[in-house]
Amino acid sequence: MNLTINGKPTVAEPRAGQCLRTFLRDQSWFGPKKGCDAGDCGACTVWMDGKPVHSCLFPAVRAANREVTTIEGLACDGELHPMQKQFLGAQGFQCGFCTAGMIMTSATFNETDKKELPRLLKGNLCRCTGYHAIEDAINGVQHVVEDCHGKSAGLSLGNPLAQSIITGQARYTADYSVEGMLHLKVLRSPHAHARIKSINRDKALLIPGVHSIYTWEDVPRRLFTTATHDDYHVDPDDTYILDNVVRFVGQRIAAVVAETEGAAEQACRLLEVEYEVLPAVFDPEAAMLEGAPVLHQGKNATSRIGNPKRNILREIHGENGSVDKGFRESAVIYEGSFETHRQQHAQLETHISITSLDEAGRLHVRTSTQTPSLTKAKLAYLFELYPDNIHLYTERVGGGFGAKQEMLSEDLCTLATLATGRPVKWEFTRTEEYIGAVTRHPFSMRVKLGAKADGTLTAMYMRVVCNTGAYGNHGGEVMGHSLNESFALYRCANKKADAFSVYTNSVPAGAFRGYGITQTSFAMESAMDELAWKLGMSPVEFRRKNMIRPGDTLLSIWGGPSDLEIGSYGLEECLDKTDAALSSGRGKTKPEGDEWLEGRGIAMSMLDCGPPTEHRSEARLDLTATGEYKLAIGSAEFGNGTITVHRQIAATVLGCGVDRISIINADTDKAPYDSGTFASTGTLVGGGAVLAAVTVLKNQLVTLASRYTGIPVESCELTREGVDCNGTLLPLSELLDKATADGQKLNAVRRAYAAPRSVSFNVQGFRIAVHRITGEIQILQSVHAADAGTVMNPMQCAGQVEGGVAQGIGWTLMEQMVMNEQGEITNPTFRNNRIPSFADIPRTEVIFADTYDRVGPLGAKPMSESPVNPIAPALANALANATGVRFASLPFTPPRIFEQLLNAKKP
Amino acid sequence: MDLNTITEYRRETNAEAVQNWQSGYSWLAGGTWLFSEPQPEIHTLIDIESFAWPSLTVSSKGLEIGATCKIAELEAFIAPPEWKAAPLFRECCRSLLASFKIWNEATVGGNVCMSLPAGAMISLTAALEGVCTLWPRNGTPREVSVVDFVTDNHANVLRPGELLRSIFLPESALRKTYAFRRFSLTKEGRSSVLLIGTRCPESGSIIITVTAATKRPVQLKFTTHPTAEALKQALDTAIPEDLYFDDFHGTPPHRRHLTCHFAQEIRQELSAQ
Ligand code: FES
Ligand code: FES
Repeated sequence: MNLTINGKPTVAEPRAGQCLRTFLRDQSWFGPKKGCDAGDCGACTVWMDGKPVHSCLFPAVRAANREVTTIEGLACDGELHPMQKQFLGAQGFQCGFCTAGMIMTSATFNETDKKELPRLLKGNLCRCTGYHAIEDAINGVQHVVEDCHGKSAGLSLGNPLAQSIITGQARYTADYSVEGMLHLKVLRSPHAHARIKSINRDKALLIPGVHSIYTWEDVPRRLFTTATHDDYHVDPDDTYILDNVVRFVGQRIAAVVAETEGAAEQACRLLEVEYEVLPAVFDPEAAMLEGAPVLHQGKNATSRIGNPKRNILREIHGENGSVDKGFRESAVIYEGSFETHRQQHAQLETHISITSLDEAGRLHVRTSTQTPSLTKAKLAYLFELYPDNIHLYTERVGGGFGAKQEMLSEDLCTLATLATGRPVKWEFTRTEEYIGAVTRHPFSMRVKLGAKADGTLTAMYMRVVCNTGAYGNHGGEVMGHSLNESFALYRCANKKADAFSVYTNSVPAGAFRGYGITQTSFAMESAMDELAWKLGMSPVEFRRKNMIRPGDTLLSIWGGPSDLEIGSYGLEECLDKTDAALSSGRGKTKPEGDEWLEGRGIAMSMLDCGPPTEHRSEARLDLTATGEYKLAIGSAEFGNGTITVHRQIAATVLGCGVDRISIINADTDKAPYDSGTFASTGTLVGGGAVLAAVTVLKNQLVTLASRYTGIPVESCELTREGVDCNGTLLPLSELLDKATADGQKLNAVRRAYAAPRSVSFNVQGFRIAVHRITGEIQILQSVHAADAGTVMNPMQCAGQVEGGVAQGIGWTLMEQMVMNEQGEITNPTFRNNRIPSFADIPRTEVIFADTYDRVGPLGAKPMSESPVNPIAPALANALANATGVRFASLPFTPPRIFEQLLNAKKP
Repeated sequence: MDLNTITEYRRETNAEAVQNWQSGYSWLAGGTWLFSEPQPEIHTLIDIESFAWPSLTVSSKGLEIGATCKIAELEAFIAPPEWKAAPLFRECCRSLLASFKIWNEATVGGNVCMSLPAGAMISLTAALEGVCTLWPRNGTPREVSVVDFVTDNHANVLRPGELLRSIFLPESALRKTYAFRRFSLTKEGRSSVLLIGTRCPESGSIIITVTAATKRPVQLKFTTHPTAEALKQALDTAIPEDLYFDDFHGTPPHRRHLTCHFAQEIRQELSAQ
């Protein structure tokens, strides 16, 4: 058929059932993205004869003789569309995966439309930004400021890839084509627990285009864990690439590679699997009982599973002081149970990998991961490859939030490429994200707190049961972390916890922003409010009395020493400012009518800056012949803003602008080893390595300049153009020439570790209205105060806070993964598991505490992960304040609110 | 998404060209639902856009909506001023979960044929006493009211290959005053409950149409203005417990509660008109 794409006459034949999105991508227009492939997210928006449509729903055959515009064709004669410029000016994105669709949608808006964004943007989902920056972009608000040489740190500078993001040129993993690619699809288990008796592939192999089929008999029989940590011992080796036992509905059973996705899908449907169905257990308490079905029978200490016979991955029992004594000394005790639910990360780019072999037999893995070096190491282990023979890299990553701290797609692609010698691509569908990736761990918690009549906390106790699902992944670490900061945030001599991470036949849980603190913080902060009310104190006053203070030892339930310290303390400022903001009268007023109840609530949280286990980054810095600095660092960027911050740190020390710093990251060939970007390490550890390397190079440059000019070092200063030697400039290029002639190398390599570690603080306040009859919640005011130390980039940091708040609101008020009695997730789509859209998210007032951290680079602390943590309890506290009823089980959807209010009314 | 099981796409100029309807055939209207889920049972798409049916035809008798009328066209439709119920067109279009971009392709007929409880085009046309014209593959056209067209969640009276040709809204219904209530669990989300009440200015008769909350549309008719108690009883009789719909966008008890609440609000609002 004939059509015009971005002004270019095109002749191409679509397949009968092909959608426009993949057809355009087949023609190498990679702008339209896949967020859902089902019409719900808008990432694929293009214009058809000038009208915006979702290209994933548009039959490609209907594009005949029509004119299609993608993001790549929006700029006119090299001049950006005004909306593109506005997205640049406000940085209306983080990972940028939704941006093409956002721009193609909002570029059609007139001024009246802009007043109706909640409605008009309901078909465009963004998981990163919380929509605030998008709203500003659409309204033409400018956030990006000019750089200032040597003073970049602290400025709202744009993302270095911004231009490529708003023009659709940024290359995500899928935006790549290679000759001779095979497509991989998997057959997934329909049973929650079964042994595979046989798999007949005869019919499937007859499908034209099917190349190979792999089952558990074809994979290396090596146990591993999909979780990635620098020290792999912290996670259990309980998983095979493909197994003959399936432990959850959705577990992969067989992989088919074929010339087309269609052939691979059809072959999956024709595989004949004979199962011996086994009894399944879904409730973690039941799973721990004698006689419950055992998931990991026969695995033992070498798998690092605590008590396989009782399905217990790990248990932790710790006590500081004596809670028995503490409760005896208390005048008031509060005790309550709390439940949190599964949440999907819903990062807009699904998991995807493309593997290939070069002529020399080296394996290249192009993938979407937060941990390139660790994933490479895992592949080397599984396939017994020499690590140097693996090149693993990301280009642009479309969001992670922890979902990509896990090896979920790289292994099968590697298996198939090694076996066939062909490039292999595997792209998860959105549904596969829900049924076959990982989720936030569901927790059930029993909290008991005691205090003296004057409000002094005397005892804190928590029993925690975490559901890790069918595999252990991050289960032990998440549980360990969950017990730390929620306790350590309060001064109390007696603290104790009993905790169990338990296997059940459900979709595995994994790393998710907050890493367990999100769950325990919900229980602990809700309980603190209840205790305060019981004492007749205001929750804020009660917290002020009991929260940690500068100089305190951070003490949780463990006795031993730790590397944590309060490197800077902004907690009180955050609490005061949040409280003051809620009393300020800002925000919306309650809707008219006495069916609306109003309430306010606050919650606080603390997060360790970095994981307790090994974590390292290395930065390499070169001065190039053109006088620019080339910075190579292995950490990954997936919308968290790491590279922006790294450039700012470098430019600040080197006395130049960020435009002088080019960054290579997340590529195991081009950048050094790095544990990856997770556990709030991008700024602290990665940034620490950058700071160390640039400092060394700066000193080297100044010392050499002093030597060549004879001016004392104290009078030499590194500037953008060169070294200013007491008024005389020695240009960098000249310095480089001289140094080269001298046999000196102008480069530096430095490493950083996640020790010692500081802590960051977050306080969230909400004022809400609750409709007594419908159960609807309206957020009237949202305030978030964050202690991030030196705020390296206020715009970007605020964006991370807003994104975290939005994800927290989604988890608390709407998202719900529903599992039926057979263990099947029954709503595995954006349509049926709503993540927040523009209309669901209020504008949050973001306040930063004025602190400087003595541990973090240039005084900075991480602030991407933690803002999600106080959201659920702040909402719960506001809800309790409004209704007089404690809501202890997430999520707070209108039917659940309605039901509980109704029950509360009954005598 | 790509529908990889589709091997044939046919574009015909009229329905008669399609003989020997087979399983595995599917009509293709806007395609916005069809392309949103895998369709392993389907191998042939037959495009009905090329039938070139008129979208909106106004006559003294009322409004004929062609099944292939785009949602965007209906939303933008400017009705004669005496059609007091016409603002409902926009209300209902905006009640769809689908964004305005999808309205550019999605059709009114497609939404009705999907027969989902939250299908807002069903809410609209049922409330306005719409009548569907159906074209069986072999046989003479038949008519059925929208309320009776939908029989259950994702189920209707269409026989294999039968086409929904159009929906007719009588002028008498379009002249009525109305009251509208909707609830969804998320802002701008899929409807959990959608109720429309209409009142005949001449006779004062009232019709309350319940959609989204129930597996199929339920219509209550009152020749005179009902009392609160009469309305409550009518709802209880017309909607047994198990007719309330259970899905991710609402629970039966909550839907029942809201249906009763909104129905009473509508009763009061209409009485004030
Ligand atoms: S990919 Fe088309 S709407 Fe999500
Ligand atoms: S920036 Fe919107 S999804 Fe990442």
